[in-house]
Amino acid sequence: MAETTGQGAAAPAPTPTGDTAAAVALTKSAGAVSPRALKARGDGLALRLIAPVMRLVEIPMLGLQRLLGINLLAWVFLLPNLVLFGLFAFLPVVLNVVYAGTGGDNVLLADRPYVGARNFALLTECGSYLDPNTCREDKFWRAVWNTAWFVTLQVGIMVGFSLLTAIVLNRDIRARGFFRSVFFFPVLLSPVVVALIWKWILQREGVLNAFLDWTGIGGYNWLVDAEWAFAWSVFLSVWAHMGFYTLILLAGLQAIPRDVYEAATMDRASPWRVFRKITLPLLAPTMLVVLVLALIKGVQTFDEVYAFTGGGPGTATTFIIQYIYEEGFAGAPRLFGLAAAASLMVAGVLVVLTLVQLWVNRRNVDG
Amino acid sequence: MTHLKLLGTTALALGLAAPAMAQEIRFMCYSDGNECEVYDDVLTRFEAANPGVDVIVDVVPYQAILENLPVQLAAGTGPDIAKVTDLGGLNEYYLDLAPYVDTGYWDASFGGTLDWYRVGDRQGYYGMHSQLTITGAFVNATLFEQAGVALPGPEATWEDWAAASRAVAEATDTPFPMAIDRSGHRVAGPAVSYGAALNGPDGPTLSDEGFTAFVQQFVDWHNDGTIARDVWAGQGGATYQDAAQEFINGELVFYYSGSWQVSRMNDQVGDFFDWQVVGSPCGPAGACSGMPGGAGIVGFEQTEHPEIVAAVIDFLAQEDVYAEVAARTRNLPAHLGVASAGVAFEDVTPAAQAALSAFAADLPDVAPAAFWYQGYPGNRAMFGITVERVSQAIVGELSVEDAVARMADDLATAMAESQ
Repeated sequence: MAETTGQGAAAPAPTPTGDTAAAVALTKSAGAVSPRALKARGDGLALRLIAPVMRLVEIPMLGLQRLLGINLLAWVFLLPNLVLFGLFAFLPVVLNVVYAGTGGDNVLLADRPYVGARNFALLTECGSYLDPNTCREDKFWRAVWNTAWFVTLQVGIMVGFSLLTAIVLNRDIRARGFFRSVFFFPVLLSPVVVALIWKWILQREGVLNAFLDWTGIGGYNWLVDAEWAFAWSVFLSVWAHMGFYTLILLAGLQAIPRDVYEAATMDRASPWRVFRKITLPLLAPTMLVVLVLALIKGVQTFDEVYAFTGGGPGTATTFIIQYIYEEGFAGAPRLFGLAAAASLMVAGVLVVLTLVQLWVNRRNVDG
Repeated sequence: MTHLKLLGTTALALGLAAPAMAQEIRFMCYSDGNECEVYDDVLTRFEAANPGVDVIVDVVPYQAILENLPVQLAAGTGPDIAKVTDLGGLNEYYLDLAPYVDTGYWDASFGGTLDWYRVGDRQGYYGMHSQLTITGAFVNATLFEQAGVALPGPEATWEDWAAASRAVAEATDTPFPMAIDRSGHRVAGPAVSYGAALNGPDGPTLSDEGFTAFVQQFVDWHNDGTIARDVWAGQGGATYQDAAQEFINGELVFYYSGSWQVSRMNDQVGDFFDWQVVGSPCGPAGACSGMPGGAGIVGFEQTEHPEIVAAVIDFLAQEDVYAEVAARTRNLPAHLGVASAGVAFEDVTPAAQAALSAFAADLPDVAPAAFWYQGYPGNRAMFGITVERVSQAIVGELSVEDAVARMADDLATAMAESQ
């Protein structure tokens, strides 16, 4: 703080040696040795101590620079990161593609027979894609349709509610800070915790049924009914993730300049018109980000629903990631090839989704 | 000194087990009750008799034995010894103990259970069956008494029990008449009693007339409320789910599970109500079969000290040690000598002692098909297929006919893939 006030005091009287003057003014206002001067002295000492150590590092680097030239040296600095990314991001992707082309239940690649595109053929062998019962891998297509419905409902409801909440929280309401944190709170919980909380509420002898019994309506076994289990899964997922998107939309709302609204007020535009003609268009870029993120996250849904219903009843809440997990890891025999093929198909869908969004985005920006 | 270590599955998956020392033997163990503690204690004596040998018992969750152990073994980073339940499925990794142990004693003591660990041309001595289990039914005798319904006799059929349980549940306002664990292993015994061959003329099958008849009956009982829907319809995939808590809470009249639940009932029911074991009811096909099963202790070929591994397992297989472990862990013995001498189980109520005796008495009723099924290396795949497809039939996603057809397809795929 002393520094800023010192500079502030010096600013009205610029001199040719501005820096010195500022330093003098600073010293005067601080009334003692300036902190900056002290810091400089400390730096000098530290530098003298560190310099010999740094020389040790510098010598081999200089040698490398002479050897490789200045352009190639960049790779030396990138190498550690490249190795990590290569090992834990790119190599698994390559391995996934290779596994998708092999069959059997052996873990080691060397023991797995090459089967070409058979895994993909198995997954896509269908009488009609709309009716999983006509498909060879009916569980895959059930999971695909469950996921499609889930993503549509979840993203639609979640983005709608997030927008509504963000708009409400952007107004001057009482205890605004409190409500903002309340809506964000579920995001901080582990998905498994979220699932267990709602399971306790919704199970046969759960809190909700106890309440319904008390009111005289009578309880219902929610999680054993396919439609209700699915509906509650959507609800739970919206509840758990809404806060995050609300936060992004809130930031987007606050980035809209005030003067546009003031101009609208002067023109006596109705609130609905203001919302439609100002808020929505100016929020569109943020909205797009929210949509992309929510869609990708929706397709990846696994942990909370798996802990909540286990994918049941039957396959009512089994989503595509759970199918991959079950084929590849949970069941016997472990069909790594089929699971890898299914995961590549999901990856394909996600890439297409992202490309569509990017294309829409670019068109918006250009238009 | 023996160490009892609780290792998380993640630590195991990452192979974080301590680096092997000269004579260090790692024993990957899971407990249904107190098995690992007892092994750890008993093995202290082995260590005292064999200076320099350190047997480390790593206690892991059952899930780690099912999911992590096979991957570790395939990668060559498995333990030296493990307690396993996928008896035939892991055969390729087993250490043949024949060169190190008295095979005559093993044949005389373990008889038929040795075959459960053998596959194809690998016919050695691999596993010591440490706990024999058999599926069977627990009934809440107090509820029967309150309802004034007589307990059906030993020759009673599944239909007799279903009718009696429904009558009891109605009279006593109990939520569930019957429940069966959500497991392909559990329904296999009843299915055999309904005429399922399991090992048909054309190889393993889940779609013959007998199996279909059982699935139809099972689904019908779910639809008319005889069997608790929560157990099979409350889960997805092939996830295991039991109904022990419902039984312990007194909400269930007839609970079909197995002998490994006796400890739990003994500890948790207390004198809340009277319970007893009635074995496996009979089916229309005449058989009254349960499913045998259990866990065994095996050594792995990857070990650096095969002779010590064999010595440890042989030590646990000795009649006095085996009898002590069976008594302290309250498990049915698979050791024929121990079984014929009888086991005085420790710390059990008269009800639990009677229950264990009832399960033991039910062992001769096990049908050959059920015995074969337990030893078949592909049985885990068949269990999983049964659970998934029967659940779909129960919730109405598939008709019984379609579900059975799907089971046949799934089984064909699984067998082709695991060649």
